Amino acid sequence: MSTFNRRTVLRGMLGGSAISVALPLLDCFLDSNGDALADGTPLPKTFVSWFQGLGFQPTFWEPKTVGANYTFGRELRALQPIQSKVNIVSGLKVFVDSHAANAHISGPQGCLQGGLEHPNLPTIDQIVADSIGTRTRYRSIEVSCDGSQQAFSRRSATAVNPGQPSPAALYADMFGGGFKDPNAAEFTPDPWTMARASVLSGVKDDRETYMKRVGASDRARLDEYFTALRSMENNLQVQLEKPAPMPSCSNPKGNSFETPQGLLVEEVRQTHRLFAQLLAHAMSCGQTNVASVNLAGSLSNMRRLGAQQTFHMYTHEEQLDPVLGYQKDVEWFSNQVAETLVEFVRAFESIKEGKGTLLDRSLILYSTDTGYSRTHSLENLPLIMIGNAGGAFKTGVHVKASGDSITRVGLTAMQALGVPVGSWGVESNNTSKTITEFLA
Amino acid sequence: MKSFRSPRRAALLAGAAVIAATTAFAVANFPSVNAAQEVTSAAAGDNARMRRLTPEQYQRIVNDVFGGDIEIRGRFEPIPRVSGLLEVGSGQVALTAAGFRQYYSIAQGVAAQALDATHRDILVPCKPATPTGADAACAQQFLSKIGELLYRRPLFPDELAKQMDIATKAATSMKDFYAGLTLSLESMLVQPQFLYRQETVVASKTMPGTSELDAYSKATRLSFFFWDSTPDRLLFEAARDGSLDTPAGLKKQVDRLVASPRLEDGMRAFFTDMLNFDQLDLVAKDATLYPNFTREASDDAREQTLRTISHHLVNQNGDYRELFTTRKTFLTPMLGSLYRVAVVNDKPNGYPQKWSAYEYPEGDQRVGILTHASFVSLHSHPGRTSPTLRGKAMREVILCQRVPDPPPNVNFTVLQDTTNPLYKTARERLNAHATEAMCTGCHKITDPIGLALEHFDTDGSYRQSENGASIDTNGMIDGKAFSNSSSLGQVVGQLPAATSCLVNRLTAYGLGRDASRSQAGWTKQLQGSFAQNGYRVTDLMKTIAGSPEFFQSAAN
Repeated sequence: MSTFNRRTVLRGMLGGSAISVALPLLDCFLDSNGDALADGTPLPKTFVSWFQGLGFQPTFWEPKTVGANYTFGRELRALQPIQSKVNIVSGLKVFVDSHAANAHISGPQGCLQGGLEHPNLPTIDQIVADSIGTRTRYRSIEVSCDGSQQAFSRRSATAVNPGQPSPAALYADMFGGGFKDPNAAEFTPDPWTMARASVLSGVKDDRETYMKRVGASDRARLDEYFTALRSMENNLQVQLEKPAPMPSCSNPKGNSFETPQGLLVEEVRQTHRLFAQLLAHAMSCGQTNVASVNLAGSLSNMRRLGAQQTFHMYTHEEQLDPVLGYQKDVEWFSNQVAETLVEFVRAFESIKEGKGTLLDRSLILYSTDTGYSRTHSLENLPLIMIGNAGGAFKTGVHVKASGDSITRVGLTAMQALGVPVGSWGVESNNTSKTITEFLA
Repeated sequence: MKSFRSPRRAALLAGAAVIAATTAFAVANFPSVNAAQEVTSAAAGDNARMRRLTPEQYQRIVNDVFGGDIEIRGRFEPIPRVSGLLEVGSGQVALTAAGFRQYYSIAQGVAAQALDATHRDILVPCKPATPTGADAACAQQFLSKIGELLYRRPLFPDELAKQMDIATKAATSMKDFYAGLTLSLESMLVQPQFLYRQETVVASKTMPGTSELDAYSKATRLSFFFWDSTPDRLLFEAARDGSLDTPAGLKKQVDRLVASPRLEDGMRAFFTDMLNFDQLDLVAKDATLYPNFTREASDDAREQTLRTISHHLVNQNGDYRELFTTRKTFLTPMLGSLYRVAVVNDKPNGYPQKWSAYEYPEGDQRVGILTHASFVSLHSHPGRTSPTLRGKAMREVILCQRVPDPPPNVNFTVLQDTTNPLYKTARERLNAHATEAMCTGCHKITDPIGLALEHFDTDGSYRQSENGASIDTNGMIDGKAFSNSSSLGQVVGQLPAATSCLVNRLTAYGLGRDASRSQAGWTKQLQGSFAQNGYRVTDLMKTIAGSPEFFQSAAN
């Protein structure tokens, strides 16, 4: 049995040898703008699925006008300064069909998996990662800002991605010992990484032997194990190759990524700020092209210091203000969420790439669980898409749909990111209607 | 090799936060493990289902095999709770790419520590001919020995050959014998034979025509059931020499497992799982309203309940039902300040101990584990109590009943309003809320029993009144009246559902799945014998483990 396989033999350098490149990379491989490689290949597209439950209060978030140059409703007013980068859709719903609609669960199922109660359906971020995440060190990254390990990301019912709750741990993963500066002139593969890639490859080669030794019902799960192992092996292989140069890559070292974890809004937002900064840097350095961010879950326990209620409890228990017609404490939380989303976008804008920013090649999708959390409504969910998706999108547009399935958003996002898909979603949530108003 | 049983580490879990995760995850915020999946596996009738090691098991195995000072550095992918138990979820969960990466990182840390300069001489039973190259004979001694402990059976020849191959090639190319062993060991720690408890089914020797687990799989199932860890040497020997396949040999091992002090580990692991105590790591209370509920207080609260259970069930061999009525418990000064009880921890010998035995006076409301800060704080909101959540937990966790989720599109026209001067207590607010027809059905199931605990605030402290109004704790459950938390404990303990729930959960915990339909007769028998033996849980565990059904394929 050969454990050190041909790939290792080809490289033939377990002792670790340096590959030297004669010219500084930045001069030789990047075009004069710095936003594409010299051969004209654009920098890769990136995708972020950004989730926060409980939505916004209906009639208080929607822009009054459709098309360009719209004005946000009061709950989303924090987004006004970046309006030109923001596409927003109103009027979409989740079709329940014959399923039991489940408060706080059906919404993300419809939006991110394309159907209710089909637990094996992968979430959009994972479909996208299969398309644009295979050549990066990490295929996708999932983070959770509320101290839980919940992320709204899965490959299947039994392979549900956990969210990384610690920015410090994510920093160590992205920019710690295993980080290779893509713009460094010299590249030295790590001998341990080389050996491990070879060892895992050997384990993978024994897949059939393993399969024979387990019962029928375990084979599907063992299959997922080998999918995970192959992903790790790929991750190691990527680390053994000289990374493609990334013009704006910088290691955010020297910053502290320690955060007080908790469910106070300010704690959640501080954790989020660190994650936003880290993900923007990770994407600018080609560490990953796909991320999922869970701010504080669907049944959100975010809270204010000194308050008996959590965000979720307020949505159900707070009286409507008799004059204003909305829940005032809920709106306080809604504004916090909108401000937090803006901070995420600003982190992407702060990475300058050529004439533009990282946001230009990114698509950030905000989704939520309800159209009106007070009643668990699945109608008129607010959906927001930010960024140009590498030129695929024009931005600053409000589209008012009339009762179509929410899956139109996922389909549009996937097409913009280059996933070859013509229709998406199951049962009544199946759609082939792209939101053409957004397409460049 | 270092002694097989390493000293218990004070902080058992480096990854306490680890488990926390499961909480939000399993609480069904997002579709958790799929019902359809469950049906498929059950229909396949596959008793020998792989179970992924829980974080606690991983830690315990590492400490048992490599020594108590080996640290786990990293976070484990969470396991979802299915049928009320993580142990059942572990039989259904696969692994994500991110999860594998975490396991690999933890494995690298464990292997590096186990073979560093201070540990290698203890763990590797031989010296290599040269430290700067391969030594197949010495590598084999180490890998076959460790491999058996990690895979919970002797390695197949091809498995051993593969691990040897890794060690030899890596030692040669990296010019370091121990680097070779390290790479081989870390790869073992991420292989499915280690990460998953895999069981093998063979034709039964005692019941012709049926199938059962092979002897090593039996040893593993027993060891995890009683000790929550990997089999020890004597259990391996009993599997190897075939005695575990005989009724007498099985009995001998079961008696030994129960008699061991390690039974306490198993008992705690089971109740931690059943009572959802992994979720306590995520519980936080508002710091301005409840300054006494610190992280340390929350940790102590969990330990208080586990200590009470372990002392009562293991040390005293007590009646399970008395867990709901016992006035005896253990307290720390921290808990004393939360409960407003004087805890004196100066022992006669002058050596201060953190924990003191404490007995509440006759007539006190703080009786039974349901009144502990662990239970009442876990099933509350951060800023106030929740009779609904507490009632739901009693139904689902203690009685194995199912409370429906709130429906979508609820009309919340009758809303709770804590500032309304008309509704001072939770009972008054809930009554106002439950006039809504579509809400009242479920709230009737949960609220009356939850309201009996209203004297215990969200942080577990005692309160006489709420907003100046006195608290009414009278109620009924299944036709039986109670007047406060003390009589509620009496009533709950006597409910047939309480004891049958324990039998069902314990069985599912051992099997890694709910007992199959064809095993209904067996679980009924177990319930009968539980009653006959005075509801002694250790006797019940012995009866379960002594039954052929415990090792049978569900297809029988």
